[in-house]
Amino acid sequence: MKKLAYYPGCSLTGTGRAYDESLRAVFAALGEPLEELDDWNCCGATSYMSIDKAKAYALASRNLALAEREEADLLTPCNACYLVLEKTRRHLADSAEMGQRVQHALDAIGLRYEGKVRIRHPLEILTRQIGVERIKEAVKEPLKGLKVAPYYGCQVVRPYATFDDQYDPQTMDQLLKATGAKVVDYPFKTRCCGASQTGTLPKVGLHLVYRLLKEAQDRGADVMAVICSLCQFNLDVYQSKLRRVYDLPPIPILYFPQILGLALGIPADELGIDRCVVSARPVLERRAAHAA
Amino acid sequence: MRPNIRTEADRSPEFAHWITSLPGAEKIRECMHCGLCSASCPLFAYMDYSPRQLMYLGREGFRDDVLGSFTIWLCTSCYQCTVECPRQIPVTEIMYALKRRAIEEKTYPKRLAIPVLAREFRRMVYDRGRISESWLVMKLMLKTGIHRMFGMVGLGWNLLRTGRFSLRRETIRHRGDLARMLEAVGHDSEVVP
Ligand code: SF4
Ligand code: SF4
Repeated sequence: MKKLAYYPGCSLTGTGRAYDESLRAVFAALGEPLEELDDWNCCGATSYMSIDKAKAYALASRNLALAEREEADLLTPCNACYLVLEKTRRHLADSAEMGQRVQHALDAIGLRYEGKVRIRHPLEILTRQIGVERIKEAVKEPLKGLKVAPYYGCQVVRPYATFDDQYDPQTMDQLLKATGAKVVDYPFKTRCCGASQTGTLPKVGLHLVYRLLKEAQDRGADVMAVICSLCQFNLDVYQSKLRRVYDLPPIPILYFPQILGLALGIPADELGIDRCVVSARPVLERRAAHAA
Repeated sequence: MRPNIRTEADRSPEFAHWITSLPGAEKIRECMHCGLCSASCPLFAYMDYSPRQLMYLGREGFRDDVLGSFTIWLCTSCYQCTVECPRQIPVTEIMYALKRRAIEEKTYPKRLAIPVLAREFRRMVYDRGRISESWLVMKLMLKTGIHRMFGMVGLGWNLLRTGRFSLRRETIRHRGDLARMLEAVGHDSEVVP
């Protein structure tokens, strides 16, 4: 197995730190502790691509070059980082002109990139490399009775479907099922969460968020499981604001490794469970009481 | 308000040429107006021009309509249109290019927070190599209207309470690297000289 360099990205050091904490805890519990890519930089996200294309590719490529120097593939949990790095990897492979320009920029800081790095996602590694069977065996506290709506968001499955189905992705569903939880049918799996529009054009962004939450509740979900820190932010922190306008009972939004971690018997504090603005404790306690 | 009529004089051949020379966008000529891009777009209801209309206005060179459109700023880059398009037109990438050109030509609607976010984002990456979200949000509020801050108090408190608001400034070790790199790669103008 090729070495993996963990690329948390900026969000996971900020508002999305529970994703970072729970991922590290889960991988450690499975005997594959994460090693962070040394001195990684911001991938540029959607913002940089809106300003300057060549600079956006150069920025992202530094991370590819750093990983290549470590002879590693990049492990990238955030949807936006995942797509930016994957898109950069593909573009540098396809366009000789951009490849040269970017290499010229890398030369200026003494780095090289020869196209040897693959971009991997934790869902891919957990289901394909570590394997659902191994995870099932490691489950200590099955989450029987917990109903989860799996929400993947956009950029991990679009425009490239690298490791999962574009319309009906399954990898997170498989992991959630392995924990003993019930995965509800959720047709909005890959619908847009509104991204940064919740901040820049709140009226528009918040309505998208509302529809996602409402649908999950109508489908009977106790919690939603997400794979992206921006999705988590939008779905979690704006609920109280939405409640002023809509009839919307609180629904906790957990990162999938938080749910996985609970099933593996990792204490809730180590998984950042209390970093949810809409507390997950009541739902989890109710479930535990029910199961007992 | 200008009447909703276009004439030949509104067309810019340069713009039509530019948009159809974007990578993959020569296919824009093969658009069959099926409208799948618009139908699948989650922001469609809020747009002034639908993605289909925008692609059409673009290829016909209606520069001012396209660059002044709200649609490009509503686009969240969710790539739904791109995967739906039966003609493989890279609608999302074209939206990105339109954002770049609109920022460069300053044709975006006034007081719109999105270009400001993009600029502040760029500055922070340039200086420090990483984004410290709390700082970015505060800067954005200062630049786009302090009144926003009042509505944000509850939100800020919730983030503080859950340990998600941090004033630590994230910085990479080789801080000069990015400036040197980004200078070496040169500026990529969207506007044809
Ligand atoms: S990428 Fe933009 S235009 Fe396309 S569907 Fe998504 S929001 Fe709409
Ligand atoms: S989906 Fe493609 S072919 Fe159909 S209207 Fe949109 S751009 Fe044209």
